[in-house]
Amino acid sequence: MGDYKIEIKDLRVSYEKKPALKGISVSIPEHEVFAVIGPANSGKTTLLKCINRTLELEPGTSVRGTVTIDGLDAGQMRDVYGLRRRIGMVFPLPVGLPLSVYDNVAYAPRMAGTRKKAILNEIVERCLTQAALWDEVKDRLGTLGTMLSGGQQQRLTIARALSHDPEILCLDEFSIAIDPVTTMRIEDVLVQLKKKMTIILVTNLVQQARRLGDITCFINKGELVQVGPTETLFSDDPGNQLTYDYIHGVFG
Amino acid sequence: MNAPSTDEPAALFTAGPLTRRKLRTQRLAGAVFGGMSVIILAPLFALIGYLVVRAWPALTWEFLTGLPEKGMRAGGIWPALIGTLYLVFFSLVLSAPVGVFAGIYLNEYARDNWFTRIVNLAVVNLAGVPSIVYALFGVGAFVIFADLGKCIVSASLTIAIMTLPAYIVATKEALNAVPHSFRVACWNLGASKWQTIRTMVLPNSISGILTPMILDACRTAGETAPVMFTGAVFYKAIEAGELLLYSPMEQCMALSYHLFTISTQVPGVPDEMLYATAVVLLAFVLCFNSFAIVLRTYMRGKKKW
Repeated sequence: MGDYKIEIKDLRVSYEKKPALKGISVSIPEHEVFAVIGPANSGKTTLLKCINRTLELEPGTSVRGTVTIDGLDAGQMRDVYGLRRRIGMVFPLPVGLPLSVYDNVAYAPRMAGTRKKAILNEIVERCLTQAALWDEVKDRLGTLGTMLSGGQQQRLTIARALSHDPEILCLDEFSIAIDPVTTMRIEDVLVQLKKKMTIILVTNLVQQARRLGDITCFINKGELVQVGPTETLFSDDPGNQLTYDYIHGVFG
Repeated sequence: MNAPSTDEPAALFTAGPLTRRKLRTQRLAGAVFGGMSVIILAPLFALIGYLVVRAWPALTWEFLTGLPEKGMRAGGIWPALIGTLYLVFFSLVLSAPVGVFAGIYLNEYARDNWFTRIVNLAVVNLAGVPSIVYALFGVGAFVIFADLGKCIVSASLTIAIMTLPAYIVATKEALNAVPHSFRVACWNLGASKWQTIRTMVLPNSISGILTPMILDACRTAGETAPVMFTGAVFYKAIEAGELLLYSPMEQCMALSYHLFTISTQVPGVPDEMLYATAVVLLAFVLCFNSFAIVLRTYMRGKKKW
């Protein structure tokens, strides 16, 4: 069991006594894309927030169960900021911080104590290139991140998530605010990034999970319905009627 | 009621009875609300105009920078003007840090529990206490109990406590106006709460914190009750034209108290001197107000979202 990057055991989360996750257990291997699908309000985002422990910043939540990363219990880690720096997060709506493009990407390294201009320059260029944004903004790194278009801002968010060199990249419906062409470009980037990190991809687009996911996990109403190789879930007989119905658009 | 038929395009160009009624109500609403706004302006202009006209003969440079003479019946108001500046400055220095830090704690760190609720309740209640009560508290706490005596420090502390709730509320509101998503984004990047506040929340809320603070500080310049028992005096002999007139442990003259005494306690003060003192006090407040507005406009121009 030791070769999994992330192991989640019996994770139970509730908001103000209202259960959001009802005992999820999954294991995520390294260097693969782990796709999470499921209807709205089924706990997909909550799952991501448990991994980097930002859920505990929201009042009224209670979390039970364990999340282990590289065999270490994330819930017991004292250096929660160090933990969050190992994980890159991208949320559905882009949040350009009211800083320049450069400062947006350099924010996390700076907060982690990097001061050297040369190192920051290198990080900014590498991350923007990885997020397929460098060519569009390299001449205007000083403009405000919030002045970019929606699609550009989302790629800026991805660049920012990569800026602290994470081992795990979590993407939460990253493509709902961007056009199909850009989405495809980012998907290509993700395939490249897979060699370096473990990717958890939460998506509403079933076909996106099919294109990118090595393993797909289907969550419904806070419960794990099925997890397995993507080909199995998308085959004509996934072995679970609910999965078949959701993927083929019969419900949800 | 015969509603206009939408089958004919022409119906869109003629107002039916319903449309006419809507337009009539709209015009009426505009007139009433506009009228109320004019009613707000009228007394302000009338007041300022009247004061300035009556004060005009006495409004000279000598009046501003001169010392009171002949038992307040002639001369200037320099010591009172500087005294008020002292009080505003010291009270701001004393209460601004406490107010801002308490506001940051309440908005950013505090969880919703009984302690936070009590603090918030205390803030709201403190804001409703009349200034004369603060004055008596100041006498008891600072002048007598802390044995500071009647002095600038006692008076400033009294004013400071009086303005504290306003500073806390202003800070909380300014911080609250920064979108929560900015904080979440920073936390996800591994920034601690304090790093997030220092690099993201404060730089984006500083104008909302400073502007109300300046407005409240200058409003205290007009407060008479809190200073009359704790540090203001009727007359204090000083040298003319000096800027550093007082030491913090001395009593001082204050514009508001000066106006109170010359208009009620001293017989035979020329009318234009009374009006001129009022005009200076008003100008003092308006001066700071416009500074705050300029600052806010400047900061808004730099706002980045």
